[in-house]
Amino acid sequence: MLPGFGLTLGCTVTYLSLILLLPLAALCAQAASLTWAQFVETLAEPRVLAALRLSLGASALAAAIDCVFGSIVAWTLVRYDFPGRRLADALVDLPFALPTAVSGIALTAVYAPNGWIGSLLAPLGWQVAFRPAGIVLALAFIGLPFVVRTLQPAIADLERGLEEAAASLGASRTRTLVAVVAPGLLPALLTGFALAFARAVGEYGSVVFISGNMPLETEIAALLVVTKLEQYDYAGASAIAVAMLVLSFAALILVHAAQRLASRRAGSAVR
Amino acid sequence: MSAQGSQRPSQSPIAEPAWVRRLLVGLTLVFLSLVVFVPLAAVFAEAFRKGPGAWWRAISDGETLSAVRLTLFVTASAVPLNVAFGLVAAWALGKFRFRGRGLLVALVDLPLSISPVVAGLVFVLLFGARGWFGPALREHGIQVIFATPGLVIATVFVTFPYVARELISHLEEQRTDAEQAALSLGATGWTTFWRVTLPSCKWALLYGVILCNARAMGEFGAVSVVSGHVRGETNTLPLQVEILYNEYDFVAAFAAASLLALLALVTLLAKTLLEAHEARTAARGSGSSGGAGRSPTAKELR
Repeated sequence: MLPGFGLTLGCTVTYLSLILLLPLAALCAQAASLTWAQFVETLAEPRVLAALRLSLGASALAAAIDCVFGSIVAWTLVRYDFPGRRLADALVDLPFALPTAVSGIALTAVYAPNGWIGSLLAPLGWQVAFRPAGIVLALAFIGLPFVVRTLQPAIADLERGLEEAAASLGASRTRTLVAVVAPGLLPALLTGFALAFARAVGEYGSVVFISGNMPLETEIAALLVVTKLEQYDYAGASAIAVAMLVLSFAALILVHAAQRLASRRAGSAVR
Repeated sequence: MSAQGSQRPSQSPIAEPAWVRRLLVGLTLVFLSLVVFVPLAAVFAEAFRKGPGAWWRAISDGETLSAVRLTLFVTASAVPLNVAFGLVAAWALGKFRFRGRGLLVALVDLPLSISPVVAGLVFVLLFGARGWFGPALREHGIQVIFATPGLVIATVFVTFPYVARELISHLEEQRTDAEQAALSLGATGWTTFWRVTLPSCKWALLYGVILCNARAMGEFGAVSVVSGHVRGETNTLPLQVEILYNEYDFVAAFAAASLLALLALVTLLAKTLLEAHEARTAARGSGSSGGAGRSPTAKELR
């Protein structure tokens, strides 16, 4: 038996308690200082409700966009060889490595009505920056690596023998992709969606620059937490924070369950 | 692994038709360009819009320099703390199996699912003027929120999972034979750790430190809440970017941002090199794959 178990475990638990559990306890205590009716009232305030709805909707939409394009990106990166593949592969990690404030001002600069891409869209009547579309764009940017990096190993692990078997039994390529490949990738896709969504619900830095921050229209939940805090409304800020935490944990738990179900189905379908 | 598709003749039963492949590759390149590459290029284009002289003047501005210094200080405080915690936690959670271990591993990952803004908020609730410990600390002349200690604590909270999870998953995969051998030959536990365990996980440690460092230097939401934005005093570089941007001083904002973008590029390069190194060792050696080099799972990115 190796030595040092008691000491290291004790240090780990102490550190986690001080840096993680104590602060979260303070959050729960602050939120619990409201009665249930006050808590609901805080969240039902039109401005708060609009912000939570926007954060939820934009995050779901952005995660869905990431799933569509992330699947294409992951598939081409794993299965095809093309000039610039390694560079494209490295670029996928950039949204993670780039500080969120930099992502925020960069996306705003490019997609603002006078920006490189924004000025091309403006004649078409499409405005991205300072609209909900800008929020979705920033959240899709932030979430992309989660979907691609979850799908890549899953695609690499696909058994090509199954695809060959399907083809030799007369299935068209499309049919094989739909009936054999897609079910095998579904668990990874769901995981990617959940990770991107959970990250997007709480995202702040990359969004505040491009969103325009109009109350009721383009104000996200994380920004409202900051606003409440600046007004010394600690209880209100904590109530919104708890709602955001519940949302992102619920997404992770729900999809974890769905993913287990899907992988069991896929497993039994193959056998 | 990726070249297989193209080496098959296009009429192979399990390859898509050539036009589909071209379409998908095209979509990939266009999407990555529009969403990722163009914004990155825009950072440098905007930073140098008025020439290298203006860029240099913006970088060497007193407030921006002090923001750089503060960022380096906060990072230099937070990363070693997280390395120490990561090593200790990895020994307890990676080398031993016990009840409640799963819960502790999940707790280590928890900050990754918490909004950075909420991470800042919890420390205001603890150390703020009306917080649990704020008034008591203030009596002793210690200010945490709106001061450097708050920045360090918030950064530690946001970044401690990076080193710990990398080391935990690395030590989990390893057998303890080498340690057992060292101990049975009379080495102390401490020596065993320094001479056997630490060298075996040095690449995983480095990988974790690189990710932790990038996040620590670039953190925005959490430090924004606890910083108070005192110019020249509690502004880290990302906060300085925000202030300059909101003052419409775009060249200065993007010049400061270009430093952070450079950091991101160096991080990506180091990460790619480490992964390539690990892939080479795995191909050459016994096939025991370590933490550093397997291609990153999405969870590690957060």
